[in-house]
Amino acid sequence: MTDTSIAGGQAPGISAKRVNLWWLAEKVGSPLLFALVLLLLWEALCRLLSVPEVILPTASATFAALWEFRAVIFQNAVVTLWTTLVGFCLAIVTGLVLGVAVGWHRAVYSAVYPIMIAFNSVPKVAVVPVLILWFGLGAVPAILTAFLISFFPILVNVATGLATVEPELEDVLRALGASKMTVMKKVGIPRSLPHFFGSLKIAITLAFIGAVVAETSGASNGLGKLMLDAQAAFQVPVVFAALIVLSVLGILLYAATAFLEYRYTGWAHRSNNA
Amino acid sequence: MQAAQTASASRERPGFVDLDRVGLSYGTFTAVDELTLSVRKGEFAAVVGPSGCGKSTLMKLATGLVIPQHGQIAVEGKRVTRPLSIVGMAFQNPSLLPWRTTLDNIMLPLEIVSPHKERLKSHRDEYVARAEKMLSLVGLEGFGTKYPWQLSGGMQQRANLCRALIHEPSLLMLDEPFGALDAFTREELWGVIRDLHRAEGFTVILVTHDLREAVYLADRVFVMSARPGRVLLEREIDIERPRPIDVTYTAPFNEIVHELRETIAQARVGAPSSQMA
Repeated sequence: MTDTSIAGGQAPGISAKRVNLWWLAEKVGSPLLFALVLLLLWEALCRLLSVPEVILPTASATFAALWEFRAVIFQNAVVTLWTTLVGFCLAIVTGLVLGVAVGWHRAVYSAVYPIMIAFNSVPKVAVVPVLILWFGLGAVPAILTAFLISFFPILVNVATGLATVEPELEDVLRALGASKMTVMKKVGIPRSLPHFFGSLKIAITLAFIGAVVAETSGASNGLGKLMLDAQAAFQVPVVFAALIVLSVLGILLYAATAFLEYRYTGWAHRSNNA
Repeated sequence: MQAAQTASASRERPGFVDLDRVGLSYGTFTAVDELTLSVRKGEFAAVVGPSGCGKSTLMKLATGLVIPQHGQIAVEGKRVTRPLSIVGMAFQNPSLLPWRTTLDNIMLPLEIVSPHKERLKSHRDEYVARAEKMLSLVGLEGFGTKYPWQLSGGMQQRANLCRALIHEPSLLMLDEPFGALDAFTREELWGVIRDLHRAEGFTVILVTHDLREAVYLADRVFVMSARPGRVLLEREIDIERPRPIDVTYTAPFNEIVHELRETIAQARVGAPSSQMA
C-alpha cells in the first residue's frame, strides 16, 4: 500500500527553466533546422544538376514567387481554409450525431455500420464531378468533399468510445436506477472524448485534402484552382509556392486540433506519467 | 450467540432478500434453475461455487438488473421488477472513472439516486463531508483529490467500496471484489469490509471463489452447484465476532473450509448434463 506512484515531478537538482529550454530546442528548434537543411539541399541539387524551372524551380525562385504573388496566394489560401473549416464543422456535427446514434445501441450499430463502410470505401475524388454537376463551380462542391471525406473517422471513433464502456460500471449505474441517457452522460460521452479529439486530428487533415482535391477538379477560387491556373500558364514556381502554403496550413490546422485534444482530454494523457 | 438470535427471528418473518425457485436461461443456456435462498436483514452472506455456476447471474437477479423467467425474487418483502436503488455494487474491476478525482468518483451514485441527486447541488458540503468520512473509514484519508491512476490497485478497490456505500444502501452486493489483489492487501480489505459491515449494519451478499474469504467474513455460506446453479449447502459460520484475522489460522476455521471444499469438489464431479435432463 505504498504510494510511490504519487511522487511525480522533476528531480530536485534540475531547474524548471533549463528543462523548458531543452524542451523548446528539441520540439521547435530541431524540426526548423531540419526544414532548413531540406531547403538548402533542394536549392543545391537544382543548381548543381541545372534542373529546368518548368520541371522543378529552385527553393529561392519558389520563395520569390511566394513573395511576388503574396496577395493572390493569400486570397486563395483564405478561400481554401474557409471551405476546409466549413466542411470540417459539418463533419463534426454529423460525425457526433451519427456516432452517438450508432454507439447507443447494438442493433443500430449492426444496421448502420456495414453501410457506412461501403460508403466510406467510395473514393471521394470520384464524387467530385457529381457534386460539381449538382452544385456548379463554386465553394459548395469543395465544402461537401471536405465534409464527406472527414466525417467518417469522427463517427467511428465516437461510436467506439461509447461502445467500450465497461459492462460492470454500466451495471453499477443501472442498478442505481440510472437511465441509458444518464449512463451516456456520466460515462459514455466523457469516455469517448479522447477518441473524438483524436479523430479530429485525422479528420482536419482529410478535410483539407478533400477541399484542395475538389478545387483542382473545378472551382472558381482556392489554392487548388490557383495551382491549376499557374500550371496551365507554366508558372511552375507559383505551383510550388502554393504547395508550400498548403503544407504550412496543414501543419497549423493539425496543431490547432492537437491543442484542443490536449486541452480537453488531458486526463487521458496524464496517466502516462504514472 | 447473536447469530442464534437472528436465526430464530428469521423464522417468523421472511428474509431481507428472498429468492424462491428462481430460473433464468439465455436461449438454450440455463444459468440458474430452481435457485432458492434467503438472506436475513443485516446478515453477511457469502455465495461460493465452481466457476460458471451462475454466481454473477445471482448478482444481477438480486439487484433487479435481470428479471427471472421462473420463480420470484423479493427484497424487503417487495417483489423485484426493476433495478433497486437501495443496492450498492462492487466488482473485481474497480472501474473508477479516470477523468474524475477519487472524491468525485465516490460521489457518482449521489448524482443518480433520489433524493440525493436533487439535493446534491444545494447541500454539496454535507455530501463532500460524507464522502471524506467514507474515505477515512477505508483508510484513504487525504486521497480524495488524487486521480485513480495515482492510486494502487488496493487503494482503487477501497475507493470502489466507498462508491458502493456512499448512498447508504441497505444491501451491498460484492462480486469477487478482492480477486485481483495480492494476499496481504486482500487480508487488509477483509478487515475493512468486516468493520464497515459491523459499523453500518447493512446486508451483504458476497460472491467469491475464495473459501477462506467466505468463511472468514460471512455469517452464512451458500454453496452452489455446477450449472444450472442451485444451492447445495447452507452453512452457518458460528465463529464468534469480532473476528481477528488470526482466526483464519485456527483448527475450527480450517475444518469449516475443508467441509465446504468437499462439497464443492463433489459438485464439480456432478456432470451438468445429467442435472439438466
